Amino acid sequence: MLGKLTLNAIPFDQPIPLIAGGLVFLVLIAVIAWVVIRGHLPYLWHEWITSVDHKRIGVMYTLLGLVMLLRGFIDAIMIRSQQALAFHAPGYLPPEHYDQVFSAHGTIMIFFAAMPLMIGLMNFAVPLQLGVRDVAFPTFNSTSFWLTATGALLVNLSLVIGEFSRAMWLPYPPLSEYRYSPDVGVDYYLWALQIAGVGTLLTGINFVTTILKIRAPGMSYLRMPVFCWTALAANLLIIAAFPVLTATLAMLLLDRYLGFHFFTNSGGGNMMMFVNLIWAWGHPEVYILVLPAFGIFSEVIATFSGKPLFGYRSMVAATMGICLISFLVWLHHFFTMGAGGDVNAVFGIATAIIAVPTGVKIFNWMFTMYGGRIRFTTPMLWALGFTVTFVIGGMTGVLVSVPPADFMVHNSLFLVAHFHNVIIGGVLFGAFAGVTYWFPKAFGFRLHEGWGKAAFWLSLAGFYITFVPLYAVGLLGMTRRLQTYDVAEWRPWVLAAGVGILVLCGALACQIMQFIVSIRQRELLRDLTGDPWNGRSLEWSTASPPPAFNFAVLPNVEGEEPYWEIKRRAIETQQLTAEPDYKPIEMPRNSPTGFITAFFCTITGFALIWHIWWMVGLGLFGAYVVFVWFAWRDREEHVIPAEDVAEADRARRRVRAQWLAQNEREEWLAAHAEVSEPA
Amino acid sequence: MSATEVLRAPHPHEFDPYKLGHGNGGGHHDYATGHGEGGPASKRVIVGYGFWLFLLSDIVLFSCFFAAHAVLQTATAGGPTGPQLFDPFSVALETACLLTSSFTCGLSAVAAGVRNMLWTQVFLFITGILGLAFLLLEAHDFAAMMARGASPQISAFWSSFFAVVGCHGGHVTVGLLWLGTMMAQVFFKGFRPNIMRRLVCFNLFWHMLDIIWVALFTIVYLIGEGR
Repeated sequence: MLGKLTLNAIPFDQPIPLIAGGLVFLVLIAVIAWVVIRGHLPYLWHEWITSVDHKRIGVMYTLLGLVMLLRGFIDAIMIRSQQALAFHAPGYLPPEHYDQVFSAHGTIMIFFAAMPLMIGLMNFAVPLQLGVRDVAFPTFNSTSFWLTATGALLVNLSLVIGEFSRAMWLPYPPLSEYRYSPDVGVDYYLWALQIAGVGTLLTGINFVTTILKIRAPGMSYLRMPVFCWTALAANLLIIAAFPVLTATLAMLLLDRYLGFHFFTNSGGGNMMMFVNLIWAWGHPEVYILVLPAFGIFSEVIATFSGKPLFGYRSMVAATMGICLISFLVWLHHFFTMGAGGDVNAVFGIATAIIAVPTGVKIFNWMFTMYGGRIRFTTPMLWALGFTVTFVIGGMTGVLVSVPPADFMVHNSLFLVAHFHNVIIGGVLFGAFAGVTYWFPKAFGFRLHEGWGKAAFWLSLAGFYITFVPLYAVGLLGMTRRLQTYDVAEWRPWVLAAGVGILVLCGALACQIMQFIVSIRQRELLRDLTGDPWNGRSLEWSTASPPPAFNFAVLPNVEGEEPYWEIKRRAIETQQLTAEPDYKPIEMPRNSPTGFITAFFCTITGFALIWHIWWMVGLGLFGAYVVFVWFAWRDREEHVIPAEDVAEADRARRRVRAQWLAQNEREEWLAAHAEVSEPA
Repeated sequence: MSATEVLRAPHPHEFDPYKLGHGNGGGHHDYATGHGEGGPASKRVIVGYGFWLFLLSDIVLFSCFFAAHAVLQTATAGGPTGPQLFDPFSVALETACLLTSSFTCGLSAVAAGVRNMLWTQVFLFITGILGLAFLLLEAHDFAAMMARGASPQISAFWSSFFAVVGCHGGHVTVGLLWLGTMMAQVFFKGFRPNIMRRLVCFNLFWHMLDIIWVALFTIVYLIGEGR
């Protein structure tokens, strides 16, 4: 009746996951109870859960990413504290639990923290920057989000029902095969990723279509903000790479569920094929994460330097170059496979080459800052911290791109330090920069600068204190994923890394305080102009938060920095553009399709993990019924009357008129002289 | 966002801080919607474009299974090999069914183009019957091979064989479900613009399955037979 699921699945004998899971469960129940009792449920349902508005979906993605970042960070604390205690000692985490912790840490951080953060920021900002009203497929967008949330839910469910994978964040066979991991851990991993992966693929299709086919009039390719270019590159990579992940995990699933022999030791299976296939996805994935972050830094650095981005075209070329080369380097993740000197040399050289476009970007950012009037706001600090940190991470990357050097540090903590260096310094700093940069656009008030800066400095210090020792101890020969060790020379470095994680805990506390304080002081931090940073691209031209339709009239783009030009023209002529002729706007209707589909996918996924076959059938049938029901709808859009559009836009124009009155023509032009008219 | 809201630029390059984007390349100087400076594309273009991207991603998925099959080509682990168990006649019949179904699917698109309900439904129905015949023949093939000692559990070669061919068969099955839904939609809702867009997508999907089958026939059966 319930497949493999029995009461034994709840880990009564393991207090840590039980208490952690129980706490999460209690908090979840409390939140749901609060929502229901306070009568917020209809609001949540109509305004958020069924919303197909890209801004709302972006906010939900970002929130999911932040919550899962917290979960992944708790795993990180457990890993560091275990290693700090486990010198000549068993520590407090038994091996089978420790293995789950590091597997969950990697899986969660990549798939359910970094990915939702980046996709969330793209969701929020890309249509606004392109000057349009929504993405190509709004309902798919909602479905994507809820499928990602399903994956995150399944991963968290494994805390209390059953266990998570012990086979690392990429489940290498033969360890991940049924013979060596007969429990449900790997199945949780596989189904969570398969379901979330479909959501990500839909996102990729959605955004490439949006960026290539839906831009404001006049927004030709070479007038798109760099963030849109990096989003395009990242989503092209999603389309090309995520099917590889789906196929590879499907093969492993066939091995595990039906006794196939793709990657087994017996029957002629080839486990190195798994490693090749998974990294053919895995390396592009690195760039799926970091390219949007590069885009965020480009926006932030240009805005806070008060200058157009230096070398826009080379930035675009570098982005697309990385997009292409990222498919030609996957073998550097396993030089030690023994593919031979020639093959390793090809991949080593390709890896070294991919550092070139990245270097171009670093120089462009530096030259953007050069001669600018830099404002050291929180997003700008993240960007500055990134440039320095990422260069170091990039250098160690080039170092391990040399196969003989890689042989020395393969699977060591040196490697762990390298990829944390680029992922924390690149992706995570980028996400924090993006969140603080676009937060006032999303909610109409800024985040608290003091707490934000404290979070930045503690993050930066904490990062170096944690990972520089890991570089050192990696060179001393300490390998990854050690549950216990007895080499005395390693001990001081491991303890230092433990101190670093404490500093990072402080950074986390500041981040949380930043949100709490900002929400409490929102009236003080309120931004009425819609343009708190003196921005240059179109998202700042509309109100904060933007109306559902984003722009009352689609903007007419006439250059690379459309909003900067609009402002300059307004100042020069001392008037706003003439009031447009407002027309009714058709917007897509909200739809519960995504949520219901995800509901059935959760049921199907859970049933597959526990081999409850009747429930699998039920879930699939439910999903098909939703598909037909959605296809049957008659009204896809609702109309916002012209009066409502006019009312919203006139309010915005009043604020802009005030801004115009406050800015004297000569003063403003003088203040922005050398930066708006470069030599 | 309808085309009527699109405002035309008086001088497209008036405000271009670095005098960039003035060449003929770079996507400028194209005022058709969905290109260059022309503003958003029509819904028909957007839907078709998105679906093409999906098909490309699906082809990437198949290519992984093809690659796995190529790698595991000789990994029979002492068990039966492909040529010993393939039934070329049956595979030829399957091919005929599927290619003909693609033709009738195209005919249904022609009929839908002139808004002829009867012939649209007839050709969609024939497409479905041929697809079903393909699936039944394939199932019969699988059963016959299994009766003679092949199964995905026997060796990596047969694992990859059943996976790649089965993945295509699974796609055809999903396509048949979609086909049935489309027939019902066309019947009850008529040739509305959104239904027409879906018909285009279905057509693209069905033809892609043909292309995949041609690759399967060549790589798995013909080259496999020649080994």
